[in-house]
Amino acid sequence: MLRFGRFVRAANVADALEVLKFRKGAQVLGGGMWMRLSDRTVPCVIDLSDCGLDKIEETDDEFRIGAYVTLRQLECDAALNVATGNVLNAAVRDIVGVQFRQLATVGGSVFGRFGFSDVICALLALDAEVELAEAGRVPLTQFVDMPYELDILTHIVIRKHDYRASYRCVRKAATDFATINACAAYWDGDWHVSVGARPAKARLLIGADLGLAPTAPAPAELASAVEAVRSLKYSSNLWGSERYRRHLAGVLAARAIVDAARYDSPEALEAARAVCAGEEAIA
Amino acid sequence: MSEKLMDVSVVLNGKKIIASVAPDMSLLSFVRDRGCKSVKCACETTNCGLCTVWLDGRAVLSCAVPMMRANGHEVTTLEGLQAESADFARCMAEEGAEQCGFCSPGLIMNVLAMEREIRDRAVAQGVEPAMPSDEDMDSYLAGNLCRCTGYTSQRRAIRRYMASRFAAAGEASAAAGKGE
Amino acid sequence: MSMIVTRESERVNLAHVGARTVKKDAAALLSGKPLFTNDLVPADTLTVKILHSPHAFARIRAIDTSRAMKIPGVVAVYTYRDVPNKRFTLAGQSYPEASPYDRLILDEVVRYVGDEVAIVAAETADAAERALKLIKVDYEVMEPVLDFTQAKGNPIVIHPEDNYHVNGAWINNDRMRNVVASGLSEHGDLEAAFAECDLVIDETYHTLADAQAMMETFRSFAEIDAYGRITVTSSTQVPFHVRRMVANALDIPQSRVRVVKPRIGGGFGAKQSGCNEIFCAFVTYMTGRPSKIIYTREETLASSNSRHEMQMHVRLGAKDDGTIVAIDLYTLSNQGAYGEHGPTTVGLSGHKSLPLYNRARASRFAFDVVYSNTMPAGAYRGYGATQGLFAVESAVNELADRLGMDPCELRLKNLVTPGERLAQYDDNELYSCTAADCLRRAMEMIGWGDKPLRRDLGDRVRGLGVALSMQGSAIAKIDIGSVDLRVEETGFYTLSIGATDMGTGCDTILAQFAAEALRCDTDRIVVHGVDTDVSPFDTGSYASASTYLTGMAVLKASEKLIAELRARAAGFMGVHVDDVLFDGDNLLAFAPGTLEPASGETTPEFSGIYDDVEAIARSYRLAQAAPDAEPVAQMSLVELANKLVAGGDGDCLTAHAAASSPTSPPPFMSGIAEVDVDKATGKVTVVDYVSVVDCGTVVNENLARVQAEGGIGQGIGMALTEDVQYSDTGRMRTRSFMTYKVPTRLDLPDIRVEFAPSYEPTGPFGAKSIGEVVINTPSPAIASAVAHATGHYVRTLPITPEKALFGE
Repeated sequence: MLRFGRFVRAANVADALEVLKFRKGAQVLGGGMWMRLSDRTVPCVIDLSDCGLDKIEETDDEFRIGAYVTLRQLECDAALNVATGNVLNAAVRDIVGVQFRQLATVGGSVFGRFGFSDVICALLALDAEVELAEAGRVPLTQFVDMPYELDILTHIVIRKHDYRASYRCVRKAATDFATINACAAYWDGDWHVSVGARPAKARLLIGADLGLAPTAPAPAELASAVEAVRSLKYSSNLWGSERYRRHLAGVLAARAIVDAARYDSPEALEAARAVCAGEEAIA
Repeated sequence: MSEKLMDVSVVLNGKKIIASVAPDMSLLSFVRDRGCKSVKCACETTNCGLCTVWLDGRAVLSCAVPMMRANGHEVTTLEGLQAESADFARCMAEEGAEQCGFCSPGLIMNVLAMEREIRDRAVAQGVEPAMPSDEDMDSYLAGNLCRCTGYTSQRRAIRRYMASRFAAAGEASAAAGKGE
Repeated sequence: MSMIVTRESERVNLAHVGARTVKKDAAALLSGKPLFTNDLVPADTLTVKILHSPHAFARIRAIDTSRAMKIPGVVAVYTYRDVPNKRFTLAGQSYPEASPYDRLILDEVVRYVGDEVAIVAAETADAAERALKLIKVDYEVMEPVLDFTQAKGNPIVIHPEDNYHVNGAWINNDRMRNVVASGLSEHGDLEAAFAECDLVIDETYHTLADAQAMMETFRSFAEIDAYGRITVTSSTQVPFHVRRMVANALDIPQSRVRVVKPRIGGGFGAKQSGCNEIFCAFVTYMTGRPSKIIYTREETLASSNSRHEMQMHVRLGAKDDGTIVAIDLYTLSNQGAYGEHGPTTVGLSGHKSLPLYNRARASRFAFDVVYSNTMPAGAYRGYGATQGLFAVESAVNELADRLGMDPCELRLKNLVTPGERLAQYDDNELYSCTAADCLRRAMEMIGWGDKPLRRDLGDRVRGLGVALSMQGSAIAKIDIGSVDLRVEETGFYTLSIGATDMGTGCDTILAQFAAEALRCDTDRIVVHGVDTDVSPFDTGSYASASTYLTGMAVLKASEKLIAELRARAAGFMGVHVDDVLFDGDNLLAFAPGTLEPASGETTPEFSGIYDDVEAIARSYRLAQAAPDAEPVAQMSLVELANKLVAGGDGDCLTAHAAASSPTSPPPFMSGIAEVDVDKATGKVTVVDYVSVVDCGTVVNENLARVQAEGGIGQGIGMALTEDVQYSDTGRMRTRSFMTYKVPTRLDLPDIRVEFAPSYEPTGPFGAKSIGEVVINTPSPAIASAVAHATGHYVRTLPITPEKALFGE
């Protein structure tokens, strides 16, 4: 079981950072959902409950999501979800259960940089940054590859755009970890497709990598996007084999792109859907 | 053994409790130690929902809440909701949906939380609370595992209970409207 | 006169049997009262924790507990050197158990990852856990047998020890070749029958070691009572068998052990094996202090018992017109490291599947049960029938597809009918069976006639699949259920039972039987949990026994008690007992000759049933309405009951009765699954599941329905998501609910259940069992639906999206 040597409820982020830096082995507690599964002693855990990080703030340019905002808040925040193509809701709503999501935090999910993370997969396709107490704002794409440093993640920032986005995943059982998750978002004139649970960390591909230019990709472009997604690295674990994941990543990416795209004519949509249907292994 | 005990103060089922606890004590252990035996542990990995309690009125998994984090908050278990849960308990019993009964308290806590959330949201939006769809109820309660029932009898009980609540709420406001 | 008989024609007159009576413990359970084992632990109880083996097969060279003992609060650390060297089994079976005696409390050799190495007892859980980490074990790691298909005759022998013991030669144990048991049962000339066939299906099917996964993990506590005896309170289905296990393990007389069963948070067979009772009993025996042991979910999944993994080879031969001519089944059962329930579960894989197609000209069922270095298997709802029916029903479905025949039509053509002698079922005669009605009604419910087996829905494809199931009702000639029924002051009744309600509601069901027989309200019957010191002996609640067998004991006891009441009332009223009638509230005395029984109605007809069945089935007849004649005297039950406890001529009346059955009447069930398969992801969604059950008379419709829905739910989990996985070194990888996926409510549709009650003449008021038969249809029905949808016949469960998409 997980043990705590000391439990510090920090009054503010500066105090928390101080403890983190100077107390050996100190760690910030997010929702604690993942940390509690380990069998070790954390000499000192730092709780940020009193630091006011449990709010989603909206300005003209961005949504600023406190690290202690729960997955349930993320799921239910109407303004945020309307503005982002509902992908955050779609990403988290099947995670375990409501009682879990009222405890798990966005900060914990992002800071952990877990390969299976639905939250990271969804955020990665958006224009997102993390705000660290010391290092300041860092693009999420950069943060996911950073080593675990002694810093405190205080906020996730999503910049506003005219997002068209869609999130897809396959779970072997309804509230299980995703076997593959994928999020497609079109914003700022470009496509962003993230694929996670490979099972390694989510990867983001953008327009040029994908061979996708226009808002409504034509069949050939879709096919090249599927190809690009499948060229990522995949491997096997309990939730799926490498072969299945590779196949699935292409399927989900294609479905997400077609769902997010705006096709002018029913014929164009039909043609795009035909590409998805082309991925069907069952005749 | 190394840990220093730390002081906490919570309101448990309406009663203020001050205690010294190990820094890694869970809310689950705390409430069971104080006689709230309805709260069960069945998985240790936050998957089962049997340890569901309310923390400031929200349903949470008590196994995953460090007591130090519950400090200063209000905790409610089924022991504190005996009257409020009686109608739903009757619906469950009439369907035989409790079976072994081990998971029932956690489910009851979450059903009542769902009912409350629907009501609160409706109030916030200034609308009449509406009966949720079957899909919405399943989704809300997905974190409550049961191995005995296959959930079908629970659904019958939950549907019947929610229909009675929200029909009653609608009628009550209609009646209140007439009175004015 | 005799009060009670049951005839099918009289079923309509039943007042309490068939009612939707609310469970007697429902209110307490639903208000969260402290009723379960861990809610009842006394203060100052030691916490017991187990050190489990990290190796699949190893010998302990040295074990050092000195550092662990230094942790403050640690009271004792025990190793194999501290325990009796006398082997026993944890199988909850009647003595002499069919399972080999191959266990010690702790052994020098560990035989699977998770096997017990040391026991720690400490004042707190915290101290016990710290101590576990400080026990130093030097293992001589040995090469394990992890693949059970390679176990038989393998040079690595898992149980070579000298003091291994087998109770009966009939199991054909050959443990030096890793064979726990083997057997063969043949009917007819198999090769001649196959020679007549136009088509033979020849396939191998594989089911996994699924976890029972009851919500309440294994747990027990022990204390010493006023007489110096060990009392174990345990979440168990088999308190009387646990008494024997504890006595055997500790090598003390059974008279020194008492076992108490409170409310149980589910069992499903898991708790038909002993588990951690022996550890807390040992600690209490050694220290004299109360001790408790609460298994974690991880221990429950990885260090207890599971379903037997089975590989089944089926050859099914038929004529072109669909007539099934020959069936050959070979089952290889993976016992894991210890032999609980091995010789018996495997039998059901054939004996509860082949009789569905009893008219086949010839059949053969052969089996081997083998040890391997994986977690021991035990009992899980269905008990081998689930595995066998997956294989046989899947083969029948494949036969239909190959013949281009409707799988329901194929079944209706070949299905067993009442009156047949069942060649693969101990040659028993089948008295009650509405299997064909179950199938026809399920077809109507799902709209079978209007739907093709495969429908294209765009990005999904929808498939239909069907299966049938049978089981037994108690173990013939072995199980025994007994009850004590007492009339108490003011005229209520105390019903003492040894059957173990594990959430199934048998306390309530048995009270309904008593209420029916005694013509009173169910509330006048008091039932309570099991205590081996005071409850009458019962083999326990398993093998679908309680309703059928203990139910019969309740009827017999009721009849005896009524006879006593009439005799005592006759004495008080000064009349002859033959002239006294009991109507539930009053004892009415009539003029001599008024109560002549109508001729020809006293002895029901049970032609062809063994004599002893007649003894069981004789008697039960609903009390006739009191005759028109005015009674000459009467006294109320209240008056009589009060006189009986008043001294003088009083005599507190208790009736005892036991029941055993020479036959195990099979319940039947149909199941039809409608599934959607995503064409590109392979994700299988069960969109509808219908089922019709023949459990004989439905005693409590609510409880029977929930049994069926729950069993089907577990069956769907087995079919689709419950995927037991081991690492290359034999460590179970699916050791939490994060990885072992029991269905959530989002994984299951509304399950639709109806009943087609036959009437079982040997059962109480015509009842058979329902607890197990209900888990058997989902796997074969869903596998067939997926095959129809995708063209992929998945023969190794579970049917993951990946297998549905790519095939195996």
